[in-house]
Amino acid sequence: MNMDSLPQNSGEWLGARGPEADIVISSRIRLARNLSSFPFTNRASAHQKAEIEVYLKGRLEKLDFTPRLDYISLAGLSPLDRQLLVERQLISRELANSEGPRGVAVAPNEIISVMVNEEDHLRLQVIRSGFALDEAWQDADRLDDKLEEKVPYAFHDELGYLTACPTNVGTGLRASVMLHLPAVVLTKQIEKVFRALQKMNLAVRGLYGEGSRASGDFYQISNQVTLGKSETQIINEIRDVIPTVIAYERQARQTLTRENHPLVLDRVRRAFGTLGNAMVMTSEETMDLLSSVRLGANLGLIDMININEVNELFIHTQPAHLQKMLGKQLDSEERNSERARFLRNRLREIDGHMN
Amino acid sequence: MHLTEIVNGKKKEKHFCQDCAQKQELLKQQDLNLTAILQSVIGQHVGGQTDELSRLTCPSCGIKYMEFKAAGRCGCPNDYQVFRQPLLPLLERIHRGVRHVGKVPPHAVLHAALQEELRDLRQQLRSAVEREAYEDAARLRDRIRIKEQTDEHG
Repeated sequence: MNMDSLPQNSGEWLGARGPEADIVISSRIRLARNLSSFPFTNRASAHQKAEIEVYLKGRLEKLDFTPRLDYISLAGLSPLDRQLLVERQLISRELANSEGPRGVAVAPNEIISVMVNEEDHLRLQVIRSGFALDEAWQDADRLDDKLEEKVPYAFHDELGYLTACPTNVGTGLRASVMLHLPAVVLTKQIEKVFRALQKMNLAVRGLYGEGSRASGDFYQISNQVTLGKSETQIINEIRDVIPTVIAYERQARQTLTRENHPLVLDRVRRAFGTLGNAMVMTSEETMDLLSSVRLGANLGLIDMININEVNELFIHTQPAHLQKMLGKQLDSEERNSERARFLRNRLREIDGHMN
Repeated sequence: MHLTEIVNGKKKEKHFCQDCAQKQELLKQQDLNLTAILQSVIGQHVGGQTDELSRLTCPSCGIKYMEFKAAGRCGCPNDYQVFRQPLLPLLERIHRGVRHVGKVPPHAVLHAALQEELRDLRQQLRSAVEREAYEDAARLRDRIRIKEQTDEHG
């Protein structure tokens, strides 16, 4: 994987081609696995971590699996390149910021990635565009089987896959769906959705930003329980609740356009105007404005830009992407003006194609 | 909020409400993360048995029960056996279930024997290094490499 050409394109899962892609950005399956004969990462010495990395790197690279996985060792990467992988959602922030031997094996289409020496020795991840949990699980399950042929996992008859943290033990499975819920937020119903999901023992968190207000209106719904239920049960519980949340968002969008059409149109147009003309733009403001534009594009209130292009802007305006595309390190002030410049140029380009 | 202080082997238990605990700075608002919640859950479940539990140490990774409790993380797969007694109520509380009913690794049986042997050899290697018996260590290292190769092709 070439770290310098990575920022120009975007992962396949962002393509907005999956089911319900106007609301469901992506579906993700994560499996936590550990080697049976080593201490967990938090208790492994630097030497042991190096041993684990060599052992797993060799097996991941030679895996009889399609697509082929490329291994990237993180210790040898600059902080900026590590940040780039975080922004692509190929690795966690924790893995990027930790120390010692660690890495990630990535499929060229970025749908599959396997982190090495995160909290667990192995974190398998499959991200699919749109609402496609079952497909993501099938890929993850197949990859898991192939890997287990070569790698002996820590497994307990009674407790299942053993993980560093007791909250992941059992299936080691975290299934999550990322949703764009701008209308539910605008109509002030997001808290209600939160409470309903929490009652069902599901976790909801904003993808970016803290607390209940997520910047960009992106929310991730995932399971909390990993023990005592099968993988299929866990996935079905989430899969069954998502259509209700989608229906909620659709209904809120209808209400907005029916009752507040001029105001919504104004909001969308202003957002587009600001993105295309501002001279200084923070990450957070960009997310919020792009969220309005995304809503407008989905509602057909704006025809200068399509969903794919909006999705791409979300990714490309992040700090590491900007810096990699410009080929230099920038402080946050410089980033804000470069981000504004990038948006002005890009929107002019997009607008030009459409006319 | 429960606080168990052990001073010179004497155990003192204190109980605080949320407000007092905050005044005592036992509980800082911003520290209310998963680890903190886990620790408090672990704490509640072991209540009166802390003395006995605090002597538990995993022979495999060397983690002490109190260290596990403080970090909310296990040190190695074997800890689930060693700390089984305090862990089961914790798992029940987190997951509302204590029995895995999901996937079983299809190749586990094939791996088991070889892994046992490898674990044993690695243990011997560690103690050889500690004894500074470097010839033994080199010999063990070679044996481990060969075993690992077998594993890779198997």
